[in-house]
Amino acid sequence: MIHSPLPAQAALERGDADEGMDPVPPSAALDEGLQPEPLLNELSDAGVPTHQLPELDVPEAELPAALQRSSLNLPEIGELDVVRHFTHLSQRNYSIDSGFYPLGSCTMKYNPKINEDVARLAGIAHIHPLAPDETVQGALRLIYDLERLLAEITGFAAASLQPMAGAQGEFAGMLMIRAYHLARGETQRRKVLVPDSAHGTNPATAAMCGFHTVAIPTDNRGNVDLERLVAELDDTVVGLMLTNPNTLGLFEQQLLDVTAAVHRAGGLVYGDGANLNAILGIVKPAEMGFDVVHINVHKTFSTPHGTGGPGAGPVVVSSALEPFLPSPVVRKEGAAYSLDFDRPQSIGRLSYHGHFGILARGYTYIRMHGPDGLRRLSETAVLNANYLRALLQDVFDVPFDRGCMHEFVLSARSLKAATGIRTLDIAKRLIDYNFHPPTIYFPLIVEEGLLIEPTESESKRTLDRFAAVLRRIAAEAQTDPELLTLAPHHAPVRRLDEVTAARKPIIHW
Amino acid sequence: MPTFTQLSPTDRQEMLRAMGVASIEELFADVPAKHRFPKLSVPPALTEMEAGRHLAEIAGGNVSVKDWPCFIGGGAYNHYSPAAVGHIMGLPQFYTAYTPYQAELSQGTLQAMFEFQSLVCELLGLDAANASVYDGASAVGEALLMAQRITQREKAVFAGSLNPHWQAVARTYVSARDVDILSTRVSVEDGVLRESRLLDLVDGHTACVIVQQPDFFGHINDLDGLANAIHERGALLIICVADPTSLGLLKTPGDWGADIATAEGQPLGLPLQYGGPWAGLMACRGEHIRQLPGRIAGQTADTDGRRGFVLTLQAREQHIRREKATSNICTSQTLLAIGVTAYLSLMGPAGLREVARQSHAKAAYFASRLPKGYRVLTPEPFYNELLISCPMAGTEVRSGLVERQLLAGLPVGGDYPELEDTLLVAFTEQNTREEIDLLLRALTEVAR
Repeated sequence: MIHSPLPAQAALERGDADEGMDPVPPSAALDEGLQPEPLLNELSDAGVPTHQLPELDVPEAELPAALQRSSLNLPEIGELDVVRHFTHLSQRNYSIDSGFYPLGSCTMKYNPKINEDVARLAGIAHIHPLAPDETVQGALRLIYDLERLLAEITGFAAASLQPMAGAQGEFAGMLMIRAYHLARGETQRRKVLVPDSAHGTNPATAAMCGFHTVAIPTDNRGNVDLERLVAELDDTVVGLMLTNPNTLGLFEQQLLDVTAAVHRAGGLVYGDGANLNAILGIVKPAEMGFDVVHINVHKTFSTPHGTGGPGAGPVVVSSALEPFLPSPVVRKEGAAYSLDFDRPQSIGRLSYHGHFGILARGYTYIRMHGPDGLRRLSETAVLNANYLRALLQDVFDVPFDRGCMHEFVLSARSLKAATGIRTLDIAKRLIDYNFHPPTIYFPLIVEEGLLIEPTESESKRTLDRFAAVLRRIAAEAQTDPELLTLAPHHAPVRRLDEVTAARKPIIHW
Repeated sequence: MPTFTQLSPTDRQEMLRAMGVASIEELFADVPAKHRFPKLSVPPALTEMEAGRHLAEIAGGNVSVKDWPCFIGGGAYNHYSPAAVGHIMGLPQFYTAYTPYQAELSQGTLQAMFEFQSLVCELLGLDAANASVYDGASAVGEALLMAQRITQREKAVFAGSLNPHWQAVARTYVSARDVDILSTRVSVEDGVLRESRLLDLVDGHTACVIVQQPDFFGHINDLDGLANAIHERGALLIICVADPTSLGLLKTPGDWGADIATAEGQPLGLPLQYGGPWAGLMACRGEHIRQLPGRIAGQTADTDGRRGFVLTLQAREQHIRREKATSNICTSQTLLAIGVTAYLSLMGPAGLREVARQSHAKAAYFASRLPKGYRVLTPEPFYNELLISCPMAGTEVRSGLVERQLLAGLPVGGDYPELEDTLLVAFTEQNTREEIDLLLRALTEVAR
């Protein structure tokens, strides 16, 4: 696809020149890229020829009229205009391929092109999930090998690739923990402990599993408050759902004490693997007391985020939880692979074989790194984050002043107090400089928070430029606050009215 | 140097110096020393060239539907996808973007989601749709949870002819909630499939009745009057569609009075991929919109009055509501939803109708020529799939067909023990008459 970069982008990429620091100016090229795009139904004209099938080569067959629909109002658009429509829409998006995307907690790393090529091989893309095992030995081998790679990287005994996204991995993990307690007759365990810095999926998942949650506060070092945790530990505890490094980008400093305390109370520790990118080859979660962890393949293992999915959320588990894994599991006998459905203690099915097309990409990525490469990638992610943090720590508040892992949180609290400028305004102003804003107002415990995750993919040049722009925006907040409060000035649309959208929802044409 | 990073050795040194840190290892001081830097027993790194070869070898260990004729359905169908669909899903500014958290930078995604929702509403004949859930199976699970929220009742009734994989996944979805799930009985009487009466299982505690249309065995049920009878008992009707190309011709779930409808999006232009990623379609009557799970795009205006799109009704979602959310779903299937949107745009009404007409006609051709020893068990009318009785176990027939290089049929005895000597066979517009004749000949040979 041909997409001309935004005019100021080239200058920005040169980095050092002053002109490169300017926001993107309006221009003819920009206007063209930013023209509103009609909706499909507005592009439709009755009778325009659409996709043609070969002539029917068997006799016509009739269906009873009483079973047939009366109308079918799909758009009628020629192929070229369909392609143009979606090309235009894609140009109204920001993406990793077009620029820096430091969205904290989302690990927006480069999506290698080789992944896309292998996923399109006929033997990957065009195999039927219900095909007989003997015709899909390659797929079963890939699943079997990837399960073992993920288990080795995280230190666990076994894996299931069935969960189709991180949230479904959480669900699978918590169902397994539930099954474990029930198998031991401990039906009274209904309480799940969740740090107040956790992703919203954690409490939502606990609720889907019929549990109630208790929030555990964060201490002044950015760790789970161990005392408050211990106070909640009793024989009603299911376990703890913990993200480590946590959503502040910090490694839990008392992690071994935390997991040991939960285990002493008979609970298990669920690991949210959202931040696994920081610790490949650095530490294995199983060795630190986690019992089950889900892995976001679309974060750590580079598969494309697809503008909001597909992800893939495999789970890795200790041997104690293995009997409860989703069914079926892949078996290997001699050189032959097969699906084993005879899993009496399984939590059940979640999908056919997970997001196989995504898993094939993740497998490719792991195989291209090897043991040293995996460690070096996490080291680089952590180096990039700490470096960027060092470049910014004097202009924003740093709520927890210690070395970060692969991401870090800043706060615009002081800036807001001094200028009235909010984190939201800073984020919108970043758009004018052709950067995707970081995650904002998350984790919830940080006032005016910005969660910044540069990933290992980015060059020093990009990090320097991003830091320079953020510093400049902080200066603009003092000198010309309207530049921020009215931002973005150079985007396909200005700020949008979300309140009316929610009050009077228009969700189709 | 690690693959896909961009720091030179000099960069690394400069960065460490700027931070006042002596080595990268120092950055990991918080990691318990005894567990730091473990050995990873994973195979050594491959270059891109080697990785490409390795994956080609793995892929070569599979028989794809491009290699042999495919007559397997059971929830995934080998329909043709116009070339442009894959290219549209391959636009880097779609596939390397993420969830539209910053609406100004995601107008393309948000508009595509809005268009997808509009097309799903039209296809399923309902007023409100979300921008997808994981797949058709999880959509059934989510629909069940949604019905429980709406009715404040727990019990569910499944048609026995609801795809057993979907039944299994939906059961997993509610497995922690002590839900009573009843299922009608499927049997063969007088040489035809029969199902016991759904309404006999519905009572004052029933949240919903879930049926598949056309059902798992391909039969198109006359659902006239079913919705009313279910509503009279205070329950909801959920209609699930396995192959939504059928909706090119058939009455919609909305026409039959469904309160919630789901469908598997795969047949609408998405590659089979051994089961995913696909997309689950989900729609409901307008009054239930706030109980839908997942992302929803809404139309609004910017401060200059220009039309724009945002994620809306987010008060339902986990990142706002946490434990009170309608679902824990976060990342869903937006790229696949874009693929479905592209497919429906390229096919248009005439194209989709033609896919349905041809798929049905191919199945009818097969049924009319079935060789001795086999019989059609699915009652008329059927769409593009049917259950046939076989002179031996379905698994044996399938093995015989594999020997003849045909990916044909699904034995269902594992889920329906009474139906051990049967095979479920599916057809699409991609199955030529020649392929079907091959299958018919192969069945004759296998029966000998």
